[in-house]
Amino acid sequence: MTAPLLETSGLTVAYGERVALRDVSLTVRKGELVGMIGPNGAGKSTFIRAVTRVVQAQAGAIHLGGDSVQTLSRRELGRRAAVVPQTGALPELFSALEVVLMGRTPHLGLLQHESDADLLAARQAMEATGCWQLAYRRLGELSGGERQAVLLARALAQEAPLLLLDEPTAHLDIGHQAAALALVRLLCARGSHGALAVVHDLTLASQFCQRLVVLQAGRVVAEGPPAEVINAERVRQVYEAEAHVFAHPLTGLPVVVPDAGLDASGL
Amino acid sequence: MGQAGLVAPEAEAAQIRLYLAQRRLTWPRLSLGLLALAAALVLGLAVGPANIPLSDTVRILLSHLPGVHLSDSMPAAWDDIIWQVRLPRVLTAGLVGATLAMSGVTYQGVFRNPLAEPYLIGVAAGAALGATIVIVSPLHYAFGGFSILPLAAFAGGLSAVAVTYAIARVGSSVPMVTLVLAGVAVSSLATSLTSLLMILETNRILTILSWTLGGFNLSSWDRLLWALPYILPAMAVILVFGRSLNVLQLDEDQAQQVGLEVERTRLLLLAASSLAAAAAVSISGIIGFVGLVVPHVTRMLWGPDHRQLLPMSMLLGATFLILADLLARELNQPSEVPVGIITAFCGAPFFLYLLRRSHRGVF
Repeated sequence: MTAPLLETSGLTVAYGERVALRDVSLTVRKGELVGMIGPNGAGKSTFIRAVTRVVQAQAGAIHLGGDSVQTLSRRELGRRAAVVPQTGALPELFSALEVVLMGRTPHLGLLQHESDADLLAARQAMEATGCWQLAYRRLGELSGGERQAVLLARALAQEAPLLLLDEPTAHLDIGHQAAALALVRLLCARGSHGALAVVHDLTLASQFCQRLVVLQAGRVVAEGPPAEVINAERVRQVYEAEAHVFAHPLTGLPVVVPDAGLDASGL
Repeated sequence: MGQAGLVAPEAEAAQIRLYLAQRRLTWPRLSLGLLALAAALVLGLAVGPANIPLSDTVRILLSHLPGVHLSDSMPAAWDDIIWQVRLPRVLTAGLVGATLAMSGVTYQGVFRNPLAEPYLIGVAAGAALGATIVIVSPLHYAFGGFSILPLAAFAGGLSAVAVTYAIARVGSSVPMVTLVLAGVAVSSLATSLTSLLMILETNRILTILSWTLGGFNLSSWDRLLWALPYILPAMAVILVFGRSLNVLQLDEDQAQQVGLEVERTRLLLLAASSLAAAAAVSISGIIGFVGLVVPHVTRMLWGPDHRQLLPMSMLLGATFLILADLLARELNQPSEVPVGIITAFCGAPFFLYLLRRSHRGVF
């Protein structure tokens, strides 16, 4: 058995006095799409930042492909894990193709220009995410959804086996949400990748992820297949929200509908 | 691109390669820049109060090659005017212009801020303080022959940057916003000390002011060769990091996550560009506008890729400052106009014109 793509144990991260993650242990293997859910401020984005060593962990261990992230160079980290950020500044004057090519950074030497192989990787990634037709457009001209497709393409062009996606569907319409997650799930199913996706939409997360990890106030409070993890009681506990949870008529997977405070008469 | 499928794959691949090549440094572009620089150099050498024909100027230059004697029939003073006065002056203006433009590109890139320029984190204010201290002290007259003014300005500029950096440092990282704020504070402090010295030594105000406004009237081979060992290596280092500067245009998290050593790269780029800018300021005084505007003009003309932005800005900066210095020399004969006034006076309207013309954002 090869080492998991990602393994954390006892991971604790604090920003000054505020503890953002406490004792988080989880594993992502090749072939898996793991969903990370939880309320705002639960530490989901911090988890991705800690895994890529953008923030330092106070305690615990993070291993990527069997090696501690502390021992890996930036380049090597970039070859092992690629991130689709939730928000973030993008250089407005660069074209979509140029930004996707920046994903090739861990494969290029200081003085090396992008080769045909790099171009091919960028192009395939952009075709897979459906944004190749935007290749020559400047980032400043793209909509939120188009930018998200470009960022997903950049992560794929990076050719790292582990994908870390921070709300990759936030700016997407329902069709593009499904397309993006279906693509990630397909890559995982093919065995080339494993992925951890932060998803806010519980229904969406339940349909696409094999396993869900629930974070609350920096701790993992539940983990398992969607049908076991998602229920009305848990939504109440974790989100302090009333919701109705149904089973999808075809798949049996949870469908979560927020309670609108209306009764059967619509009032 | 609905018709994408109609294009043969090889043709399309060639088209993509062509597109990307055009975003980088291309031969036509580079030739244009070199040609402009060469023309500015010739103009700068040929124009002056002593009316030396262009052909004789070329002969004098060639005569300095070993074994060539073409200038024997000319007045002896001409050789001095061309070789000892105009050439070092023109070369210094070119070198300083290239340096300021390069530092401007680097600062704007590292800070991801279109308002950044080489003086942002203390180089100019520190250099002015260093120079002022020497001007008001007896040291100014000492030191047989070679003025220690450039040395003091250089030390002042670098010290200010070092202090700024030390203040902004939090543990092992340096937040860019803190660095800019610390730079503003350190610059104000240095400027207020400079002003204080000026008030205390009113009879030196004119000397201090004329140094501060910048110019090339004191250029010499000595000064030029003194600055080169700092400027050339810095240029070499920065040119190597063109693609890294592109990646730095993503935000800090993203740049790290695509595999760039952000902290180390920034430190190296800031150190190199500050060193070069301090050396440039130390031999020319504080010349504004070049470091801010030339990078923007280059970006508007040829796009944001630093692999062309750096070299092309250097060529344009050198050309621009040589021509500005030419105007500074000639406009108000026999006295000179401070070159900083010329750079702002010519640069600002042109920049505004480009700004108005560009509908697509500039950074």
